[in-house]
Amino acid sequence: MAAGDFQVQLISPTEFAKEKIQAVQEYSLLVARSITNLFKHPVYWGDILQQADLIGVGSLPIVILTGFSIGGSLALNSANTLQRFGSLSLIGQLVSVGMVTELGPIITGLMVSGRNASGMASELGSMMVTEQIDAMRALGTDPTKKLVTPRVVSTIFMLFFLTIISDACGLAGGGAVSSLMFGMDLQQYWSSAWQALVFRDVFTGLLKPVLFGFIISTIGCYYGISARGGTQGVGRATTQAVVASSILIIVVDFFVTRLTMTLFGYR
Amino acid sequence: MDARQPSGEAIRFEDVSLAFDEKRVLDGISFRLAHGETKALFGVAGSGKSTILKLALGLIKPDSGRIYALGEEVTQMSEEDLFRLRSRIGMVFQESALFDSFTVRENVAFRLIEDGDVSEDEIERRVREALSFVELERTVDMFPSELSGGMRRRVAIARAIVTQPEIILYDSPTGGLDPVTSTTIVELIVKQRDVYKTSSLLVTHRLQDAFVMATHYFDRKGNKMLPLASGTRSEVPMAFLILREGKVIFDGDLEELAKSKDEYIREYIS
Repeated sequence: MAAGDFQVQLISPTEFAKEKIQAVQEYSLLVARSITNLFKHPVYWGDILQQADLIGVGSLPIVILTGFSIGGSLALNSANTLQRFGSLSLIGQLVSVGMVTELGPIITGLMVSGRNASGMASELGSMMVTEQIDAMRALGTDPTKKLVTPRVVSTIFMLFFLTIISDACGLAGGGAVSSLMFGMDLQQYWSSAWQALVFRDVFTGLLKPVLFGFIISTIGCYYGISARGGTQGVGRATTQAVVASSILIIVVDFFVTRLTMTLFGYR
Repeated sequence: MDARQPSGEAIRFEDVSLAFDEKRVLDGISFRLAHGETKALFGVAGSGKSTILKLALGLIKPDSGRIYALGEEVTQMSEEDLFRLRSRIGMVFQESALFDSFTVRENVAFRLIEDGDVSEDEIERRVREALSFVELERTVDMFPSELSGGMRRRVAIARAIVTQPEIILYDSPTGGLDPVTSTTIVELIVKQRDVYKTSSLLVTHRLQDAFVMATHYFDRKGNKMLPLASGTRSEVPMAFLILREGKVIFDGDLEELAKSKDEYIREYIS
């Protein structure tokens, strides 16, 4: 093929469907193994701690910064409308419910997805194309135990706490805007924010990071382990991991919100 | 032990076929590797040489046929059982496949650490011993990226032999190396063969490497490789296997290879 020429390879619908079904099957198997590995010897606690540090502590600055900014923006946007109706005192309630149930989990999920799903896909992808994962298998070690399960456990665990931190920063950001820009009493803001939260909100807000953490880590690892075709393949896997995990986070967020509304009723 | 594999065999392939997408890579190949034997696998690029090693380890499964290693039917084993079997087989990968975020020590010690029941002192002793075998003791704290291509291959050999496996699989250990470094690697393989008498399968596209192996022995006193006296054979059996279009077209020793009348083989070895 001469340089500059392009070849478009057509794939039959049957082959396309088979490929997709196989991908779902492989992903499901990886997910199942990453969970069952927790109950089999050995469990790599050292790797779990190392990943927790990389994922959790490493993501802390961006989570704090985005949480604070989102909380502030939420307060800023809603304050104008609330002021028109003379209900500025409701700002704490609006920020706390918005942050805890929706924005905290989803923003933290997307941030960690961008940072860690890509990291996992590129790290495992590089190991895959340089035969390091095959070498691990050849040396008698299960790569899903050593590489996937620690990342899944650490991401779920750390995203849970990162989300709580993000929620707290969001509330602080909202408080700062309400107090500094709209002259609202901080005490009033905090009591309104605190009292507005009910069990349903907290449950929804803490269930989401568990699911998002699971999505980020399993998708990141799946695309990494499935990487083929050298450095280009690793780059492709990294992009796909971020895109797929971000989309899944947003879709799952909708369904979890709907589910909790069905279970606990509307506010 | 599976009754279908004789006890004198380390590896047996029975009518093994494998295709990737539309391309048939292996087409009903059968051969055996006896205990203590070294067999060199030849073939043009893409003829399925490396695939044979991965099949022998159970890293990939064939479409049909049976594979036995150390008395167990690899083709019927689950991944969990294969981990146990693989701990008795060492493999040197084509591009070394060293873990790039680990030091040389951690790479060589990987299997021992994973075993979990070897003491730190014992791990250190065995790592030093394996690195001393490949004459790379000084690199113990270095990372793979700090080593040359030849040194990486030698570390990969040290990693493969650290547990003293019963079989060693070499995937193009001299591929992409200069002639001097290639000779060093071949010397190490001959040393491993003659000192430990480990059964081995060696994939290579360099015929001269296998000829050197067949015509040399390792002198322990002089700690170097020397040519065999004319008319004598190495105490360790050495065989050649040539693949063409997914089939085995030759399986025999150096003498039989030299006498072969097959045009393709004559052209290949000329």
